Parts: sequence; C-alpha cells; structure tokens
Amino acid sequence: MADVMRPEKLDMSNDTSSLGSPELLHVLAVDDSIVDRKFIERLLRVSSCKVTVVDSATRALQYLGLDGNHSSVGFEDLKINLIMTDYSMPGMTGYELMKKIKESSAFREIPVVIMSSENILPRIDRCLEEGAEDFLLKPVKLADVKRLRDSLLKADEMAFKNIMHKRELQANDIYSQLKRAKI
Amino acid sequence: MDTLVAQLQRQFRDYTISLYHQLFWYVKGFLDDQFTELKKLQDECSPDFVAEVVSLFFEDCEKLIGNMARALDQTGNVDFSLVGSSVHQLKGSSSSVGAKRVKGLCVTFKECCDSQNFEGCVRCLQQVDIEYKSLKAKLQDLFNLEQQIVQAGGRIPQVDI
Repeated sequence: MADVMRPEKLDMSNDTSSLGSPELLHVLAVDDSIVDRKFIERLLRVSSCKVTVVDSATRALQYLGLDGNHSSVGFEDLKINLIMTDYSMPGMTGYELMKKIKESSAFREIPVVIMSSENILPRIDRCLEEGAEDFLLKPVKLADVKRLRDSLLKADEMAFKNIMHKRELQANDIYSQLKRAKI
Repeated sequence: MDTLVAQLQRQFRDYTISLYHQLFWYVKGFLDDQFTELKKLQDECSPDFVAEVVSLFFEDCEKLIGNMARALDQTGNVDFSLVGSSVHQLKGSSSSVGAKRVKGLCVTFKECCDSQNFEGCVRCLQQVDIEYKSLKAKLQDLFNLEQQIVQAGGRIPQVDI
C-alpha cells in the first residue's frame, strides 16, 4: 500500500478553475501515524475529496515544492484546496509546517487545519493565531470533515459571487459610459 | 427451528455487544464508539476497511511495544521520555480504532513514564502486550463470524450499541 506520495508532478485534471465540482476538493493530509493516515484518507474519500497523504512535514514540503530543492516549475499547476496536518510529529511539527506554508506566496491562501489528540488550550490558541483554519481533536469525525468541506465550498461560492458582482458592476459602468457617448 | 444464518447472526450480535459493554464494574469494554465510526466508513467500495485499519493497528502495537521494551531494557540508563513518546503514539492509534482498554492502559503507562517509575512501566508494558493480543484474538473471532454469515448466505446484522 503506497501511502506516501512521491513529490513528482501529479497528473492533474485539466480543470483549472478553483470552482470545480465538489468532488475535486483536493486535500493534502500529513500524519506520522500509519493508522491515522489510513483513517483520515478514508474519511476524506468518503466525503468525496481527492486525497494525497504523506507521513511527515518534510514530505509535505517536498510535495508542495517548498523544500528549496525545486524551482517553482511544475508546481504552479498543483491544486490543493485544504491541508490537514497532525500537530505532534517527529522532526517538524504541524505548527511549524503551517508557518512555512503561510510564508510561501504560492500556498499561503490554502486553509490549514491542525489535528491533535491533546486538548491543550494554549496550543489551540497559538495555532489559530498563526492562521489555522481550524483545530480538530482526534479522532477526527466525519461531521468535522463535512463541516470543513461545506465551509470551504461556501467560501469558494462567496468568492465566485464577488467576482461576478464585480464584473456586473464593470459591465454596467461601461454601458453607462457608452450611453453617455451616445454610441 | 433456527436457520444456521439466524444462529450465526444472533451470535454475531451478542459477541459485538459484549465487546463494547461493561459486563462487570471491573471489566471494561474492549471497544468504544470510535470502532462504530470505523464501521460507518466501510462500504461496498471499501469492504475490508475495518479489518485493514485494525491490522495496521496491531502491527503498530507490535512495533511500539518492541521500542518500549528495548528502551526499558537499558538497565540503569532507561530513557523514559523515549518510552513516553512510544506510549503517546500507541495512545493515539488505539484511540483512532476504538481500542478502549489499550487506550486506558496508555494513560496509566504515560504517568509511570512521567514519574520515571521503572517497575510501573514494566508492569504497564506487560499489560498492554496482553491487552492488544487479547483484542486481536477477539476481533479475529468477530471477523470470522462475519465471514461465516456471508458464506451461509446471510447479511451481517447492524448492531446498535
């Protein structure tokens, strides 16, 4: 069972819009526990998400092309909608991973969710302050994933509506200009 | 006269319930709600999901217990934080599969690590070893029952705990 993705360029679909059908929500999951990786992968698949699972923060950075060993070529097509990472991992923690992601121009807009088996308030606060989309206690529930997915799709929908509204305003503006010029 | 399928289904139901429930005050259930959550994730597309996850869990148990045993074997030079970190991992994975007793033992075990209680750690290690093997055997029996039902042409009953 290949539960660790190698950082080669994926064969992505031709869908370059961020508003593909719900099934195309692509989640990158990071966890050092083999049991938890299996679990979160299934949880996400059942929730109609495309899943990539890696076993460490280092591998996650490799996958995203943020490990300094790659030029940006090949990663601009990488479409990730959500990153879910375990907090306690050997080497680099999920918190440190999130900070690196937030530092990158390419991926800072991607929501990052932190998962932990420990309910430590200062830890939760710190993660949220650093920009975590959410903090989930393990074991993660199907309801948690559904809630995340719904809020992401809603955010996408809002963004779409804003773009359309903007275009509408621009179109109205041009129309009134043309009218004034009596064309 | 009960059909074979009906008998097997009743056996399956009873056995499942016994794995979750506290029979006596000093006997904790083997499984908790998280196991039910695992079952929810199983379907025709992924019919062996539960068996696969628990199998990974038992392999993980073996590996982590080996790590703990090795660390505790360093007489006079035991790295309790190393033992503690393995216990933490075991607690996490047992929590993810609903292995209630193993998880409970990990709590005690972690306390022994934190207080550097060598005898306590050795005792906990022995108990954890017994406990995961016991659960493994019970789940194997449960999966065998499922197989027997299917082979006898029946459906696996949904057991509400």
